[in-house]
Amino acid sequence: MQSHRRGSPWTGLGTVLAKEAADHLSSARMRILEGLVFLTALYSAFSAIRSIRATIGESPFLFLRLLTMEPDPLPFSFIGLLGFLIPLVGIALAFDAINGEFNRRTLSRVLAQPIYRDALLLGKFLAGLLSLTIALVSLWLLVIGLGLLLLGLPPSTEEMIRMLGFLVATIAYGGVWLAIALLFSVLFRAPATAALAALGVWLVFSLFWTFIGQIVTPLVAGPAEGVLGPRIEYINAAEVIDRLSPNTLYAESTQALLQPTTRALGPVLVTLNEARSMLPAPLPVTQSFILIWPQLTGLLAGMIVIFAIAYVFFQRQEIRA
Amino acid sequence: MLLGLTEPTSGRALVAGFDPLRDPLEVKRRVGYLPDQIGFYENMSARDNLAYTARLAGLTRREIDERFAAALNRVGLGHVGSSRVTTYSQGMRQRLGLAEILMKRPSVAVLDEPTTALDPHSTQEFLEMIRGLKADGTAVLLSSHHLDQVQSVCDRVALFNHGRIALSGSVTELAGQVLGGGHVFDVEAHGDNVPELLSAVPGVVRLQALGGERYRVDCQSDLRAEIARRIAPKAELVGIYFAAPSLNEVYARYFAEVRDAVA
Repeated sequence: MQSHRRGSPWTGLGTVLAKEAADHLSSARMRILEGLVFLTALYSAFSAIRSIRATIGESPFLFLRLLTMEPDPLPFSFIGLLGFLIPLVGIALAFDAINGEFNRRTLSRVLAQPIYRDALLLGKFLAGLLSLTIALVSLWLLVIGLGLLLLGLPPSTEEMIRMLGFLVATIAYGGVWLAIALLFSVLFRAPATAALAALGVWLVFSLFWTFIGQIVTPLVAGPAEGVLGPRIEYINAAEVIDRLSPNTLYAESTQALLQPTTRALGPVLVTLNEARSMLPAPLPVTQSFILIWPQLTGLLAGMIVIFAIAYVFFQRQEIRA
Repeated sequence: MLLGLTEPTSGRALVAGFDPLRDPLEVKRRVGYLPDQIGFYENMSARDNLAYTARLAGLTRREIDERFAAALNRVGLGHVGSSRVTTYSQGMRQRLGLAEILMKRPSVAVLDEPTTALDPHSTQEFLEMIRGLKADGTAVLLSSHHLDQVQSVCDRVALFNHGRIALSGSVTELAGQVLGGGHVFDVEAHGDNVPELLSAVPGVVRLQALGGERYRVDCQSDLRAEIARRIAPKAELVGIYFAAPSLNEVYARYFAEVRDAVA
């Protein structure tokens, strides 16, 4: 039966948001995750600072190098580490958001109050996003503070703008994983199953996506090599498939923002003369933002679409205990 | 369904004058709900649990403060209001659920098998609290398989058969429909001919020997005077007592007849 319902779907949103955010921020789970992220990220940043101090004056973007440098003995940079850990934090914050309420038998009690399901689901999602944002902003400020203290130099305005853009991209990336975990918490009644499913998706995108792309691309775009060499259709299809992964979108966004010399993302077709005339100079910050705009909107769109799917499934569920 | 927790396939209902499909928020503002096994946030205190749902229900902080202590005292949990719910027994949780309804002060309270997990003593206390809710002017919709409890609390009863209301009305009305009487008396009298005498009274539709020279008679109307007039001259009448018709009996008879009809 279909019927137009009266009343605001946002009634109770603030109450749900405040309660869920308080739960997250005071939970042992969140503290453990924060501790893990802070410890590893700060270690990589601290190690990078030690390396950078030896080469001060060689780069105009010292603070950005702080985030992108892979210092010995670590095999990854600060952003590489965040790209690895943020999905785990997102999943941990939402894998039991809805099924946990089912299992505690609190869902029917909460939804018997004058609120719509919209407010509950959105409140839980926004609370997760808020908690993630608080943790990331704290980490961001901590790294900047550490840089100020140990490098003895303030970041330039351009560096601050780029780092802010990086922060926004990281939050959007975390939001995607939060939405994925929320979706599975709606689909599966057992939190362990939901967590496992979300971790499975994370593993697919982190470890197997390149391999999957190599299998799928020839099926949709034909062989990689043509008579005259590499086929542009193949390259384009490979790029599109690769960018279906939030990891790729995030990696490209951070690369363009934090490595200002990045002038293009994906394959660039230029003549030899054009290549010779290209300067290795950094792009202006506005140009870097234009460069990552599709990736950033892709992450945001992915987050919204996955949340919308979770919303549709949640609306159709029977809530009775 | 009345609270929008499940979608109806057809039909229409009004709760306190509002359609749950079109005005679910208005309905929920006026309805309190207690499921059979209520859940609370274990890591939160009773107060925080109730304050959360009260805020969702639109109560102000001041209203919450005012109503919380009164509600908790009324269900006998005043001394453990600040304790975490994880320390509560199932009975205490059910009481806390009732306190939530009391805080909300709804027009209608929907109680779904509220005594399922309670021991006999707690059940009696809980039924008394439900009567108190009724006395406050709240319409109580009680769903239960414990028909004796239903009979002790409810003014009107509806029996469901395959998801449809088969019978509804007061227990006396249901007894009238199913048992053929509705006015039930226990007659105590000495004498071998008492059963015949009682059966011969016009309006007596059913006679049942209870043992010890006591007989239960189902009548179409209040026939106490007629029974006394007919028994007294021919047997030794000791007394005639009111006997409320049993909902269990109504239920058993109704479904036995349904089974017989199907067979």
